[in-house]
Amino acid sequence: MDPVRSSVKHTPPELKVATKRTKKALTKDHLMAIGFLTPSLILIAVFVYGFIGWTGYVSLSNWNSLVPDFSFAGLQNYIYLFKDFRFQADLRNTLFFTILFILTVIVIGIVLAILLDQKIRQESLFRNIFFFPMALSFVVTGVVWQWLLNPSTGVNLFLSKIGLDSKWYTDTTIIPGVSWGKIEFGIPVAIIAIVIAAVWQMTGFSVAMYLAGLRGIPEEVREAARIDGASEFQVYWKVILPLLRPITISVVIIMAHISLKIFDLIYAMTGSGANYVTDVPGVYMYETTFRGNYYANGAAIAIIMLLSVAIFIVPYLISSRKGES
Amino acid sequence: MVIRTITRPLLYLLLIAFSLFYLMPVYVMLVTSLKPLDQITLAQMWQLPTAIDFSSYSVAFTKLAPNLMNSFYLVIPATIISALLGALNGYVLSKWQFKGSNTLFTAILFGMFIPYQSILIPLIQFLREIGLYNSIAGLVFVHVVYGLPITTLMFRNFYASIPVSMIESAKIDGAGFMRIFTHIMMPLSITGFVVVGIWQFTNIWNEFLFAVTITTSDQQPVMVALQNLSGSQIVQWNVQMAGALLAALPTLLVYILLGKFFVKGLLAGSVKG
Repeated sequence: MDPVRSSVKHTPPELKVATKRTKKALTKDHLMAIGFLTPSLILIAVFVYGFIGWTGYVSLSNWNSLVPDFSFAGLQNYIYLFKDFRFQADLRNTLFFTILFILTVIVIGIVLAILLDQKIRQESLFRNIFFFPMALSFVVTGVVWQWLLNPSTGVNLFLSKIGLDSKWYTDTTIIPGVSWGKIEFGIPVAIIAIVIAAVWQMTGFSVAMYLAGLRGIPEEVREAARIDGASEFQVYWKVILPLLRPITISVVIIMAHISLKIFDLIYAMTGSGANYVTDVPGVYMYETTFRGNYYANGAAIAIIMLLSVAIFIVPYLISSRKGES
Repeated sequence: MVIRTITRPLLYLLLIAFSLFYLMPVYVMLVTSLKPLDQITLAQMWQLPTAIDFSSYSVAFTKLAPNLMNSFYLVIPATIISALLGALNGYVLSKWQFKGSNTLFTAILFGMFIPYQSILIPLIQFLREIGLYNSIAGLVFVHVVYGLPITTLMFRNFYASIPVSMIESAKIDGAGFMRIFTHIMMPLSITGFVVVGIWQFTNIWNEFLFAVTITTSDQQPVMVALQNLSGSQIVQWNVQMAGALLAALPTLLVYILLGKFFVKGLLAGSVKG
């Protein structure tokens, strides 16, 4: 996987003499290195951390019109959101979108990776077919799937023949639809259409990850299991899958953060939908801030989005740092 | 290892079935975009066009051409600058580590996972202040800054596999920070630049949130213009599909020609690489 490694092989042997890193005080070169890194550090400090702080500050203000108003509002904007029908719907939609999306991406990812790992003919052709949607924009995906899953055109032209007509993203049904807060809680059927489009675009990532993982497992491991009398299915279920766990963790985290901040796919494909059945915080934040000028409300949504992503990402980053020597 | 219990034909059948699912949108895009509007009826959606008609492409192209150019003006400088900065950062963070540099690296990485909504309000205020709001230059700046984490990560992982001994012996020969970078690291980085370049090109080309909030009308990149096509009163599906195809073509071409490197970038983006 490391493209560099192959070129390093040609290093003349005399260069390979192991020299211990000299533990001296910072040399002129070291200072230069830090000097070259500093502009980027400042940019990140200001534009990532500083701006997050600024957004947090806006979210605690009364700035809900065109004119900036930084007077302190406490948690008022957050309280408003959690009582808001639309935001409650967003939380429900995001929850079920995330679960369905990640599960499907993982299952299809593992299945396709295992299929591709069977020394099949035309492997690279199949791989390219599964991977190419990742090179596309979510906007393109949204536009195309809006057409494909349009209830009166699209795949329904076939599905209706076998009696499987679906209203896709125009369906306002919530299953099971338990009343909770101001909303009906459950899986919004319309979300499934968006999950299909998102899965179409993103499974390539998990296929690539699992395929790299499978190729990294030595044949001896499987041989050993087989000698112990494991069936082919057991080899995969009991030996291979557990070995792929670190990959599953990575896939879950990467997909979770994509799904929690999703905006463009839904904006291009369906928008918020009737009764907000396909609305998500990303779309709400955009519309309330830049169409409605409710800056403080928008900032509060953004901070909630950030916190939901940080719950996954921060432990992941810390543990992957620790994993390095 | 080969599953023996599943027969080979079944295996191919499954792969072909999945392939059809992945190719279906492309098929519909192509046939729809090649039909004249009067043939875009519900019943005919899946049929091949009776005669090939490129008029929807010329309509879509006339509408999208200025925005396609905007996208190129955006993507090319943003990709080059962010790749160069990433290479420099990656070099420092892999070969000139200092106390706390790993912590700083983790702090930089966090920037690639944040929802950009959480920095958007101050960012727009800032761009207005410095006069870069609603300009391609402003978007270039934004993509360079928020591209730093991923390009730094990719180059750092890439450079980590260049042995320290090479650097050490160059130091013994009297080479300094800059000379080692230009004479040893850069010549070994061609693959790195291709991977990072493709990654940034694709991502910036496809990006939508910054584009739609920072630019208006004639400054907008192609993805915003494509989204606006569907905003018009009557949805002309053939023009819409032709537009989608045109907008997707540059990244699609990059993928077809250099897909191997694209997948490398994809895997490198999952932090440990």
